Amino acid sequence: MLYTFIFLSVLLLITLMVAAYETYAERKVAAFMQDRIGPDRAGPFGLFQPLADGVKMFMKEDFVPSTANKKLYFMGPAIAMTTALLTGVVIPWGGTLHFGGEAYSLQGADPGIGILYIFAMVSIGVYGIMLGGWASNNKYALYGAIRAASQMVSYELAMGMSIVALVMTTGTLSLSGIVNGQLDGTWNVFVQPLGVLLFITCAFAECNRAPFDLPECETELVGGYHTEFSSMKLGFYLFAEYVNMFISSAVISSLYFGGYDIPFVDQSGMASNLVVILGTLAFFAKVCFFIFLFMWIRWTLPRFRYDQLMNLGWKKLIPLAILNILITGGYMVLNGQVKL
Amino acid sequence: MQYLFYFFAAISIISALMVVSARSPINSVIALIVCFLSIAGHYILLNAQFLAMVHIIVYTGAIMVLFLYVIMMLNLNQRTEPQKKLLTRISAVVAGGVFLITLLGATRQGLQIAAANPEDASIGLVSQVGMALFKDYLLPFEVSSVLFLSAMVGAMMLGLKEKATT
Repeated sequence: MLYTFIFLSVLLLITLMVAAYETYAERKVAAFMQDRIGPDRAGPFGLFQPLADGVKMFMKEDFVPSTANKKLYFMGPAIAMTTALLTGVVIPWGGTLHFGGEAYSLQGADPGIGILYIFAMVSIGVYGIMLGGWASNNKYALYGAIRAASQMVSYELAMGMSIVALVMTTGTLSLSGIVNGQLDGTWNVFVQPLGVLLFITCAFAECNRAPFDLPECETELVGGYHTEFSSMKLGFYLFAEYVNMFISSAVISSLYFGGYDIPFVDQSGMASNLVVILGTLAFFAKVCFFIFLFMWIRWTLPRFRYDQLMNLGWKKLIPLAILNILITGGYMVLNGQVKL
Repeated sequence: MQYLFYFFAAISIISALMVVSARSPINSVIALIVCFLSIAGHYILLNAQFLAMVHIIVYTGAIMVLFLYVIMMLNLNQRTEPQKKLLTRISAVVAGGVFLITLLGATRQGLQIAAANPEDASIGLVSQVGMALFKDYLLPFEVSSVLFLSAMVGAMMLGLKEKATT
């Protein structure tokens, strides 16, 4: 009980730290892609930049529009942040450590329906954007909120369908079960190549990241759903986006890229605790790579037009996901993995 | 466990009352979302994890988003809410109360339903639900799927027809 509490507190801290440094990484990556230097004033290599940004956010005037719906205006950022932070609980950050006969699992909770829990939290997260955008009583914010809602509902479908094929091959909905199934080196990316692409595309859309960042498309909508937000409320929205990015990278790596598995580590004969710690580090390396992928794509691809976004979601991704399910099922039947 | 049950039960009832009593439609929808979440809590207390999560995903995550969407698109608020006359309201309350008393009187004794399998805590897990749906109740399940499919196709047809005529 005490251990779980400490573990979750540490997890919360790490999540917030990673999210803070993602903002720094985003600016550095953007600078690198555009042949600039990026932030380098605060501390060595600008490493204290997130701190400076945080202080700036807190010090800004906390402005509330007089026509806003006050209660919902406060609830919006809170919901966005809370649901973003709640998702990390079910992700297996590592194996099980053994100290003095006690087992310490590096996973907050392991419900049998881990994936569905993540989907549930993601689907509640839409309310943060919708309520915040509606409550600020601004037409651009409302457009942003409506775009966010329809985009997330559309891409949730394709995302769920791409997971169905994965669940068929792994036979479990539990995240630790899926990672354990990949520990022999057969990562699901080799089993479900199409599923990976679909899932990553939908994860980008769910995080409202470019090229799917139409809810906050500044060329059309000023600032999108957070146009009227200032100070730390705006900070919470931006921060929730980075937390979501971190969590989706973690989900992608544990579902398809072996989680905390390092290939051939079981043949090296290292102590099991050492393997677990190295595994966690490897997991974070994979997560960092996917965070970098998020940024890489943001600074490479231009934004979609809204109808292109909807066409991609409904007319391409969903049929592809259904095709993936059919192919997977057909292969499993032909291969004798299931009996009809 | 028991306290959790009372906690969720209180939230469910209070939020359900708020759904019908709130003046502004958006507050009603939010109260309904809270109500659905507390019902998911009840499912978890019954160890029906799968049902709880599907309940959140489908009802809270999809259907209520569409409700909220429509309310935002039509910009419904307190002013557009139709106001009934006092006489209508009083008669509605009386009629509803009388109906409730009749229902209670009729079902007070006949409704002692025993739980089908009170000792089996695994009844709400994914595998159990899957077995029930695809083995014991396969035909009703498939028929209801076809019903949903036809409803979807019908909605599409109606939408397209309107587009063609205008």
